[in-house]
Amino acid sequence: MNKKQRKWRNRILVALAIFIPVFLVTELLPLEEMLGSKQAAVLVEFALFLVPYLISGYDVLRKAVLGIIHRQPFDESLLMTIATLGAFALVVFPEGDPHMAEGAAVMLFYQVGELFQSYAVSKSRKSIADMMDIAPEFANVERDGQLEEIDPDEVAVGDIIVVKPGERVPLDGVVLEGTSSLDTRALTGESLPRKSAEGDEVTSGCVNLTGVLRVSVTKPYGESTVQRILELVENASDKKARTENFITRFARIYTPVVSVAALLLALVPPLMLGESWASWVERALIFLVVSCPCALVISVPLSFFGGIGGASRLGILIKGGNYLEALSQVDTVVFDKTGTLTTGTFQVVEVNPAEGITEEELLEAAAAVENYSDHPIAQSVRAAYGKPIDQTRLSQAEEISGHGVKTLVDGTPVAAGNDKLMTAEGVAFTPCTAVGTIIYVARNRQFLGSLVIADALKTDARQAINQLHSIGVKRCVMLTGDRAEVAHDIAGRLGLDDVRAQLLPQDKVEEFEQILAGQGDKSRTAFVGDGINDAPVLTRADVGIAMGALGSDAAIEAADVVLMDDAPSKIATSIRVARKTMGIARQNIAFALGVKLLVLILAAIGIANMWLAVFADVGVAVIAILNAIRCMSVK
Amino acid sequence: MKKVFKFDELGCANCGAKMEDAINKLDGVVSAKVNFMAQKLTIEADDARFDAIMDEAQKICHKIEPDCDIVR
Repeated sequence: MNKKQRKWRNRILVALAIFIPVFLVTELLPLEEMLGSKQAAVLVEFALFLVPYLISGYDVLRKAVLGIIHRQPFDESLLMTIATLGAFALVVFPEGDPHMAEGAAVMLFYQVGELFQSYAVSKSRKSIADMMDIAPEFANVERDGQLEEIDPDEVAVGDIIVVKPGERVPLDGVVLEGTSSLDTRALTGESLPRKSAEGDEVTSGCVNLTGVLRVSVTKPYGESTVQRILELVENASDKKARTENFITRFARIYTPVVSVAALLLALVPPLMLGESWASWVERALIFLVVSCPCALVISVPLSFFGGIGGASRLGILIKGGNYLEALSQVDTVVFDKTGTLTTGTFQVVEVNPAEGITEEELLEAAAAVENYSDHPIAQSVRAAYGKPIDQTRLSQAEEISGHGVKTLVDGTPVAAGNDKLMTAEGVAFTPCTAVGTIIYVARNRQFLGSLVIADALKTDARQAINQLHSIGVKRCVMLTGDRAEVAHDIAGRLGLDDVRAQLLPQDKVEEFEQILAGQGDKSRTAFVGDGINDAPVLTRADVGIAMGALGSDAAIEAADVVLMDDAPSKIATSIRVARKTMGIARQNIAFALGVKLLVLILAAIGIANMWLAVFADVGVAVIAILNAIRCMSVK
Repeated sequence: MKKVFKFDELGCANCGAKMEDAINKLDGVVSAKVNFMAQKLTIEADDARFDAIMDEAQKICHKIEPDCDIVR
């Protein structure tokens, strides 16, 4: 609690401490007999209840007066003032019972509710701020061989900073010296530390766990990962979901309508039908108490705020309430292949030596012949062999475009390439039927065997698709530029529902449009990509999800939802968070409106009393806020 | 020019919505957004009259919620 809230609380406690004995005295003691007349008793009661009323509610009265001066009607302070003063004023109708106790109690509980609201909101705001406590406080900059602690904002690109164990990496950069492991939990939700060594990029916001790192800064603080994430989460509550806008619009109509209804209720039956003033004015006052829209207006945005905050703790950044809403309705998820479902790096996945040849021999020959190539496939072959090749053994390297490569290794010709190369060289080879890129290797026209190279699936790709299906996503589709057989092989292994292969980047948008055109009114389609050359599709999708976006500016810009790590299984998590949040927001709307409507009806027919009205206002607000806070805890 | 201001003691969400409405209607304001949860006012307005517009916005806030200040 802040200072203002503590003062507020103390005032309420004092008012309550006076109210309770006054209430007991007026209920239990036979005041009428003690003072001689009914009128005297009522007057004493009136005076007694006025004390806790004024202590708890003087600021509400002040605001109400200021509201009138500023011509801002239907302000909740004014409504409360009329309702409570009205309850006191019922004393002027001699035929009714006095309602001073209710008047004071309504004000008291209204204040309790307001204080609670204020506390809950600042608490949840603070807990999200803590959650996003990734902003570095200082950077150790090397200047003339000395370390200086300065504000990260003042560090220039190219400066050398030193990050000690236990410190937060203040700016994005590249490691010049040192090895360490970094805790990226605050950014990605991933609890496994990430290894970092010379030449690796480091991201601001990570915590350095073990070694000292010397880092060359690559981005100014304003453009650093930390700043972008903070901005994104802060601005997320600006983009309002339809549900939020509906509530704001509703509140704008609801309060005036109920207030006018209250006025009619107070005047029409007594004037036209000659009913009792006391009874109908009391009903009207109950209307006024119930007419405050605050429970709704506060609990719905609080739900969204909590949902977005909770998701960000898991490394899922949702850029606005509107996307959270769309995410909850997603029933088709379209994936890009490379970098999304697969790691995007080529790996040797199969080694098939010919008879009489060892795997080692085959790999060595392949690595030797691919030694000079920078092609990703050549790199993967060298990585699979894992040992350096003595370059003095190689001569006359020759690349035959569209076929493969030939080199003399220790004076013997070695060829590696596709089936066309083997045919051209006159090698009797055994064709390989596996899916992927196949490299045949021959030495001196003798067939040594074949290697299968493919893009490796991410370890949780299959789990990701399973989870999506199990939470009710109807279709998982993959778009890829790769060959059809590769695409179908992956689709089969992952359990995808549909696959579109051999697409050029511009075709992807078209294919995606087709998928969109086929969807129902209420369903939403998400596109998941890594932000590299699929930005147009990300923008076109109902929900564009970029993954592995730690450090990729283009992806953070184009996407609506950003997964900080590159685990596709986070997609199902984010949909679950969205659904939970929407569910809670809807519960709150239904609950608050339902209770208020019920109390309005009961009040109109004369069953409800002030106490019930206080519950319908303050009680409902408190319950709705408690419910909204649940949004923050997601797993 | 687009600027972001913090609120001091914006106490009720509904008041925030009312302020947003009223500030949006001011002459020279392109767009105004009140974010109750973040206690922030994002305002885009005419450069030439920006300060005058902010004064008016402050007046509106005081009218709707007497204790609510825009931190400038």
